[in-house]
Amino acid sequence: MIPRLSFALCWVMLSLALLFLFTPIVIVVAVSFTESAVFSFPPQGFSLKWYYSIRNADGLLASAWLSAQVAFISTLISLVLGTLCAIAVVRRMVPGGDVIATFMASPLMIPGLVLGIAFLQAARLVGLNDAYTTLLVAHVVLTMPFIMRTVLASLSMFDFSMVDAARMLGCSYPRALWRVLVPNILPGVMSGALFAFIASFDNYPISIFLVDVHTKTLPIQLLNQLEMSPDPTVAATSALLILATVLALIVCDRLVGLKRMTTI
Amino acid sequence: MTTIEMRTQAEAQPRRRFFQLDTPAIMVLPGIVFMVVAFAIPVLILVADSFRDAGGFSIGGYRKVLGDPYYIGIIWNSLQLGLITTIGSLLIGYPAAFALSRAPARLQVLLFALIFLPLTVSIIVKTFGLAIMMRRDGILNWLLLNVGFIDRPMRLVFTEFALYFGMINVFLPLMILPIYSVMRQLDPRLTDAAASLGAGPVTTFRRVTLPLTMPGVVAGISLVFSISVAAYVTPGLLIGDRFMTMSQVMAKAYLNIRDFNLGASMAVVMLVIAVTIVFTSTYFAEPASRRGRKG
Repeated sequence: MIPRLSFALCWVMLSLALLFLFTPIVIVVAVSFTESAVFSFPPQGFSLKWYYSIRNADGLLASAWLSAQVAFISTLISLVLGTLCAIAVVRRMVPGGDVIATFMASPLMIPGLVLGIAFLQAARLVGLNDAYTTLLVAHVVLTMPFIMRTVLASLSMFDFSMVDAARMLGCSYPRALWRVLVPNILPGVMSGALFAFIASFDNYPISIFLVDVHTKTLPIQLLNQLEMSPDPTVAATSALLILATVLALIVCDRLVGLKRMTTI
Repeated sequence: MTTIEMRTQAEAQPRRRFFQLDTPAIMVLPGIVFMVVAFAIPVLILVADSFRDAGGFSIGGYRKVLGDPYYIGIIWNSLQLGLITTIGSLLIGYPAAFALSRAPARLQVLLFALIFLPLTVSIIVKTFGLAIMMRRDGILNWLLLNVGFIDRPMRLVFTEFALYFGMINVFLPLMILPIYSVMRQLDPRLTDAAASLGAGPVTTFRRVTLPLTMPGVVAGISLVFSISVAAYVTPGLLIGDRFMTMSQVMAKAYLNIRDFNLGASMAVVMLVIAVTIVFTSTYFAEPASRRGRKG
């Protein structure tokens, strides 16, 4: 009796949890289609005008473009630096591999605001005034742990004798890595890169210290807009963001399989 | 065939030697140098800054942060925020993860995806949704009115209820997923065995299920606590200045009042809290047997 009851209770809890998790997301999407400028429930009317108003809203598109650039470039730099480092660590080419791996993944343990303040101080100290460069450097640090963890996990399942075999057959070492290793670990690496991209694209606590008037990332701009003039334009932007995330996840699921993606 | 072999041997020999000498350094150094310059040194500078003000060495920041009741109250607020969010997430997340791990295979994949999806949605977007939910004319008030719990809309936004409701909403998946990943590997026959040996359901849970899923619980607790104690966006939007946390003080110190010494000291205190959580959780995540041997 008790096991059955508690089991049922667990299911109730899971259903409630899902309902709880999805309500805010669904609400944002619903609000983006309303006609009125206030967010009331139940929503009134149906219109796409808030989607059209994104184009005219101050700086929303520009900041989205900036965020995409920063997220893409920083993820790419992390991918190159992190993968090379991870290969050397997994193959035990360097002493202290564990220490290196922990160090490269450690920014994830440090609160975002603390990192942001540290970057701000350091940039001031060396006289780095360019917000774009500072953001980029900071976001490489931010994305590195995601890359390191997934690449290390993928590499630990990779059989390095295949690289040796390729070299014995005449491939140079870099070429062997590119032709044999990269295709094998690509799925795991791609999922790591996706998380890194999302982490960078959504980041608020680090970026807030590094942006200036002309260089604002999307989360900063969104929050600004929310505090200044909250109208459903923000909801429409958010709905598009949700759509993009869902699409990215579906593509990743097709490429890698969501299960494998998240267990790594 | 033979020409290819000869060519590869002739070429591969010297090349291999060259790369074996230099490759490790070429591969490791760029990443490490970058992270030392862009990450380790800035954090060390921040720590050094916390011991310095305009006049040189000073522990004034710490005297303020750790001595002034106002700032101690703020540190306590942050810890309370982390604690309540963690406990709330655990109470919902543990049973939910259990049900998830016992779901039929195909449904499990779908449910898993549904728990995972909200994590990838921007925190600002979710918090925005939560704020709309809790407006006077929002869905929560509408629900409470229609069920009959209240007779007129309540003010929810900018209350502590809104804060914790929102925080648990945002961070719940981070509790469910680690617990689920451990629970999934738990052999259901173990609980059956315990039952057939005469253990009641409560004993089975306490002596078998709970200890075996403990690593997931520890991982979930440390993850949710360390992130929620430092949360900035969600508390800022849902309760604002009514509930000052260390994050708010740090952000204000740097962005508004420009008291860098105060901000740096607060940041170091938060850094210490974060690092403590990581070390404590790695200690507890090890199986008790191994821990005993080591100590």
